[in-house]
Amino acid sequence: MKQFIILVRKEFYHIFRDRKSLLIIILMPIVQIILFGFALTNEIKNSNIAVLDHAKDKASTTIIQRLDASRYFNVSLILQGEKEIEAAFKTGKIRLVVVFQQGFRESLLHTNHAQVQLIADASDPNTATTVTTYAANIINDYQKELDHNDQLPYTIEPQIRMLYNPQLKGSYNFVPGVMAMILILIAAMMTSVAIVREKEINTMEVLLVSPLKPLLFIISKAIPYIFLSLVNVVTILIVSVTLLGVPINGNIFLLLGEALLFIITSVSLGLMISTFTKTQQEAQMISLMALLLPTLLLGGFMFPIESMPLPLQIISNIVPSKWFFLIVKNVMIKGLGFTAVWKESLVLVGMSVFLLAISFSKFKTRLA
Amino acid sequence: MKETVIKADRLTKKFGDFIATNEISFEVAKGEIFGFLGANGAGKTTAMRMLCGLSMPSSGEATIAGFDVYKQTEKIKQNIGYMSQKFSLYEDLTVKENIRFYAGIYGMSKAAIKEKTAVLLQQLQLTAEENSLVKSLPLGWKQKLAFSVAILHEPTVVFLDEPTGGVDPVTRREFWNLIYEAAEKGITIFVTTHYMDEAEYCNRVSIMVDGKIEALDSPQNLKRTFNARSMDEVFLQLARNAKRTAD
Repeated sequence: MKQFIILVRKEFYHIFRDRKSLLIIILMPIVQIILFGFALTNEIKNSNIAVLDHAKDKASTTIIQRLDASRYFNVSLILQGEKEIEAAFKTGKIRLVVVFQQGFRESLLHTNHAQVQLIADASDPNTATTVTTYAANIINDYQKELDHNDQLPYTIEPQIRMLYNPQLKGSYNFVPGVMAMILILIAAMMTSVAIVREKEINTMEVLLVSPLKPLLFIISKAIPYIFLSLVNVVTILIVSVTLLGVPINGNIFLLLGEALLFIITSVSLGLMISTFTKTQQEAQMISLMALLLPTLLLGGFMFPIESMPLPLQIISNIVPSKWFFLIVKNVMIKGLGFTAVWKESLVLVGMSVFLLAISFSKFKTRLA
Repeated sequence: MKETVIKADRLTKKFGDFIATNEISFEVAKGEIFGFLGANGAGKTTAMRMLCGLSMPSSGEATIAGFDVYKQTEKIKQNIGYMSQKFSLYEDLTVKENIRFYAGIYGMSKAAIKEKTAVLLQQLQLTAEENSLVKSLPLGWKQKLAFSVAILHEPTVVFLDEPTGGVDPVTRREFWNLIYEAAEKGITIFVTTHYMDEAEYCNRVSIMVDGKIEALDSPQNLKRTFNARSMDEVFLQLARNAKRTAD
């Protein structure tokens, strides 16, 4: 135990003496989450929209007025024909075009059903989702008011078309995503680099000649990074809640527990990498290529896994981040309990055990 | 006859077809300074690693302080010190932290560490530098410190793998003074080097060529046998026949 304390203390010396790295470790999550956060919540106030009103009746004008009156939209352009829609988008100022067909009010009153077309510039998909949702909400409000006045329900069905990027990503994805990314980076890469560094500066040789137990050495390497990763989880959560308004709907302790589980999986990955690499650079490159890249591409928060080709869907199952991403989404965003995520948690436990078993058996107590 | 501390009997290490160390046999007595010489690639480091328990021998026998290199590596590790070819302290830790760390992993008590540290720092005249980071020290000091750390837990044998590489002659002389002091305390010194002037400082010297020990005796006897004026000449006569080139 005394040996263990000495080892862990030494690891913390290494970490705290390396101010630059420490600063990066502490600040990276904050910067990342803010970057992702603002990319998502990009200025949806006072978006310029255009209307093409073939109906020009009471219903369509009311809706247009309401859109204009809301704090989200400015009706800045009145179009005269379908051909002008494309041109309006090409100016780059218009985010949404609302099209009313001829006889909008009539079909609403007589068939109880009318259509509004919402055409969005989805080259910025996040903004496109947001503006169409807001517009649809305003239209729905109007529809509800009509319902109050009459017996029969009227339905205005907003038809949404996404231009330029028909497959849209969901929102709220980035907080769990950034969490997975940061933890993989800090916990896995840093642990592997810290162990491989001992090989590179030759202290490993001296440690192997000493009576030190390899298991103790490995655990002592992992502990500081587990601790730092937990600090990162907490910062990410604080920034998400305070700055971005992403709520923690589920149990915070369950969330932290799951984060700890994922950290342990990441550390195990780092340990495994350290068993077959010889230089810090090698360990870093492998961590980036083999861990960060799959996390980004197959983790499910950049590109939806459901729309991937089947082989990639199958491969995505061995990416730990995918499971952690599901867990965080379920617990943090949807507010579900452990019963909803126990399968995913079990997968992570299994992965950790498997990786640790490999690392411990491959850790060389002899050099040759 | 003094107590035997290192005993190697036809110790061999093969890497595939390559025989790095070929049936070497020797004995080293307690408190002896044993020089282990050879050109680069002659098999010195491999032999030393087998003795330290870092490398599993392919065949042959060896014991360190009476413990078997095959089965009792844990016991061996308790009884040896090791200083590697490339300098092996932590550069981002202070002098004192390095001492405390290495003493700690050998399980020394807090009180013992404190006492030993004070003596060591005074001996090396490093007391003023105890809180400096090791990277700020000159290479010679680092190496003297590394050696002192390697023998802090009073091992039976200390293995030094080319400990004075890249150091000026004055510092090398100081380094050897430390080695003598350690030997006087009864610590057996097993040192590899390719500085022939250092070979003269050893009690006995073995010279390895192509994985085999070609000569083993005191420097005086070797010079007489090979009719040479210096160890340099002895070494050249033997190494001339080497077939392996440097690794």
